[in-house]
Amino acid sequence: MSKPILQIRDFNVLFDTHDQEVHAVRNLAFDIHEGECVGIVGESGSGKSQLFLGALGLLTANGRATGSVKYRGKELLGLPQRALNKVRGSKITMIFQDPLTALTPHMTIGAQMMEALRTHQHVPYAEAQKRCLEILDLVRMSEARNRMGQYPHELSGGMRQRVMIAMATVCAPDLLIADEPTTALDVTVQAQILEIMRDLQKELKTAIVLISHDMGVIAGMADKVQVMRLGEVVESGTADEVFYAPKHDYTRALLDAMPRIDRPVREGHAILQPLSTIGAETQLLDVEDLKVYFPIKTGGLLFSKTKPLRAVDGVSFSLRQGETLGIVGESGCGKSTLARAVMKLIAKTHGAVVWAGRDLADLQSPDMRNLRKELQIVFQDPLASLDPRMTIGESIAEPLVSLRPELSRADVQDEVRSMMSRVGLDPAWINRYPHEFSGGQNQRVGIARAMIIKPKLIVCDEAVSALDASIQSQIVDLILNLQAEFGMSMIFISHDLSVVRQVAHRVMVLYLGRIVELADRNSIYEDPRHPYTRALIAAVPVPDPKAERGKPHVTLAGELPSPLDSRAQLTFLQSKVIDDPDAEQYRPRLIEVATGHFVAEHDAA
Amino acid sequence: MWPYAIRRVLGAIPTLLIIIALTFFMMHIAPGGPFDAQRHLPPEIEHNIRAAYNLDKPVWEQFLIYLGRLMHGDLGPSFKNHDFTVSQLIEVGLPVSAKLGISAILLAIALGISLGTIAALNQNKATDYGVMGLAMIGITIPTFVTAPVLALIFGIYGLHFFGHDFYLPAGGWNGGALANMILPITVLALPQVAIISRLVRGSMVEVLRSNYVRTARAKGLPNHTVILRHALRAALLPVVSYLGPAIAGLLTGSLIVETIFGIPGIGRYFVEGAINRDYTLVMGVVICYAAFVIFLNLIADILYALLDPRVRFA
Repeated sequence: MSKPILQIRDFNVLFDTHDQEVHAVRNLAFDIHEGECVGIVGESGSGKSQLFLGALGLLTANGRATGSVKYRGKELLGLPQRALNKVRGSKITMIFQDPLTALTPHMTIGAQMMEALRTHQHVPYAEAQKRCLEILDLVRMSEARNRMGQYPHELSGGMRQRVMIAMATVCAPDLLIADEPTTALDVTVQAQILEIMRDLQKELKTAIVLISHDMGVIAGMADKVQVMRLGEVVESGTADEVFYAPKHDYTRALLDAMPRIDRPVREGHAILQPLSTIGAETQLLDVEDLKVYFPIKTGGLLFSKTKPLRAVDGVSFSLRQGETLGIVGESGCGKSTLARAVMKLIAKTHGAVVWAGRDLADLQSPDMRNLRKELQIVFQDPLASLDPRMTIGESIAEPLVSLRPELSRADVQDEVRSMMSRVGLDPAWINRYPHEFSGGQNQRVGIARAMIIKPKLIVCDEAVSALDASIQSQIVDLILNLQAEFGMSMIFISHDLSVVRQVAHRVMVLYLGRIVELADRNSIYEDPRHPYTRALIAAVPVPDPKAERGKPHVTLAGELPSPLDSRAQLTFLQSKVIDDPDAEQYRPRLIEVATGHFVAEHDAA
Repeated sequence: MWPYAIRRVLGAIPTLLIIIALTFFMMHIAPGGPFDAQRHLPPEIEHNIRAAYNLDKPVWEQFLIYLGRLMHGDLGPSFKNHDFTVSQLIEVGLPVSAKLGISAILLAIALGISLGTIAALNQNKATDYGVMGLAMIGITIPTFVTAPVLALIFGIYGLHFFGHDFYLPAGGWNGGALANMILPITVLALPQVAIISRLVRGSMVEVLRSNYVRTARAKGLPNHTVILRHALRAALLPVVSYLGPAIAGLLTGSLIVETIFGIPGIGRYFVEGAINRDYTLVMGVVICYAAFVIFLNLIADILYALLDPRVRFA
């Protein structure tokens, strides 16, 4: 075996905090060899990011790293900054999770790339520019020459991450450390980025460390895997060993918690009640041709012009009692706007929302307030959506207090306590504040707050997206059990197609404000008809290395087009496009290809 | 950028008109008039004087006459400084005030940014506490205290080093000699240095923790490049936002400083004009100040957008 590039021994990362010393990484030891991809997987707080920040001297001021990190036999820990900078950024480079905040906002892409190159290799300006362009081509950046003069905010998330990768590879490093490189990205863009990294590894023989919480991403990339938990490596081995014969309980639990797009049912977890057992055929909600447009200012000479941004553009669907509708789509597809317009939390531009036979548009405020008893919502960020100055008991009680004023204080307290124990919170915590809880516990509070009024419809807007896989699986179980018990309908919005597969009876796929496909869940996942649905499903990584190695991930190249361009919505029906960005375009019809399976018109592939 | 600037300048016209109207009517509501302090005149003569300055007409008519003249760039004659028009007085006073004000703000910016950056780079160390302590003192002590105290120390007692005595003039302008400018500029700049250094320290501490500074370090850039190229520019944004209020602070500060140090700027005219009900002089100075503040706020906004490409002119 070749000599290792990076040799880590007795490695510890410690942070001094006000209360105590936090031991973020404990006694780590492993090697990284030339050209291989090492996956480091773990949940938040496992120390997986601090490990490499510590190795490269990038810890915050209160952190320190001890032990030994050798790059080709040369000790890096304790090196003065000037000497460390000869390796850092040149031989070992890093890319980070959030490409918007990780790039300097006031410098052009070109300036940031050239700076990396010219600091380490003293090449003349023209030569540096040429090299940067080559690298941008390598990461498949369109119009590379123009991009060099653009600022990060002018690029999409996927483009920015390409820039980060280009910047990290322009000095031809031996080792590229990618810290959650695709976590903030949409699934089709994630597939593109992972493919670029795979190609770089192959073409440039760069070794890659891939840090991720997503077992699917790791499965598709890594040769070796280290599973980390609370600062320690609990299991390590080749990808096949770790995925197919996990030895440690924690690894097994992680794999078990991962929702899988290729499996509708997870062993040993709560399952979705089939609609027939709920028995209800009552139509609760009927949404007819709903449109929500936002006026967007575009540059004019003296006075600015406005253009409509079609966030939701003619969506119709209905929902039965006890049914769950999953809404999936990538960022900017209008899924959250749709849910908010349905709940009358934002104003619609056109269309009708009929709830139990009554058009919400006709309801005045007292009636609408009454109706809030039946419609509740759970938001994505559990901590941010709870009032930090209210105890969780007060937060949970609030819908009762304002919508059912006839209840006595003692009754409210009783209701709150019983709902708390129902969602898995100890009723003794009633007087605690949100900051005392973890994300998963706060999301239980959010669910208790929505459920306490016994609503008929709950909208879950990315309700489990911010949570670690193990917590996410518990919350999904909770939601399914609550539905089995109370029989409420749900609209479950998520960008994560795997989670939606576990919870939704029917699934709606949105693309730029329009439905491209709507069907029951098995038809959507097993027989997707629309090219966009197919691309989405193909792009979802599965925690199964053999399956991942074989399958094509990228079937949708390029970027999501600008929603201000009226041609964008016809990406899959190019034959009908009128070539004018402001023109009124053809509206694709929804065709029922099988009972209850609707597909938008599209060009044959 | 240019359409934006033009729109802003056009938008400033109604603002200016409102300021002019408010000041005009407030001046006239205030009891007394420009000629009340003079010795008693026969009624016919007083009537003639009032008629000559249109003071016998209703206030709204006086306002229209004033506006009409203003359109032609005529600020009218001064009521108190006989034989001078307001424009002439401003022509003499404005360069003096401007020289003082601009020097003070430039000094404050340069010193404030440097001190704030040094404090941020030594966060929670002695240097940081020292700079921030001094800044706190600079903010809390008002100009009308620092001015006489500094005049006393440097103008009256003087400093004694190695058998030499150093004195600075405690007042007067002397045609804008450097020695005469040092004390007033220092007094004007001190509170601004304090505020700006605190602003820069705060934003710099935050920027140094940001992801893109971490990226810059991970790229292996030398320390000075990370700080000067990546961090400082973003850390300056709050300072630019503060420039508008800072200029306003300097203007009010200059009223006091010009009076205490006996400097012939327009700040002094403003105080004297207001006390003597010299209507036209006060109006002239107010218009001058207002135009100045509006213009500098525009400059600050444009500067902000140049520093941060994410800001769009809308």
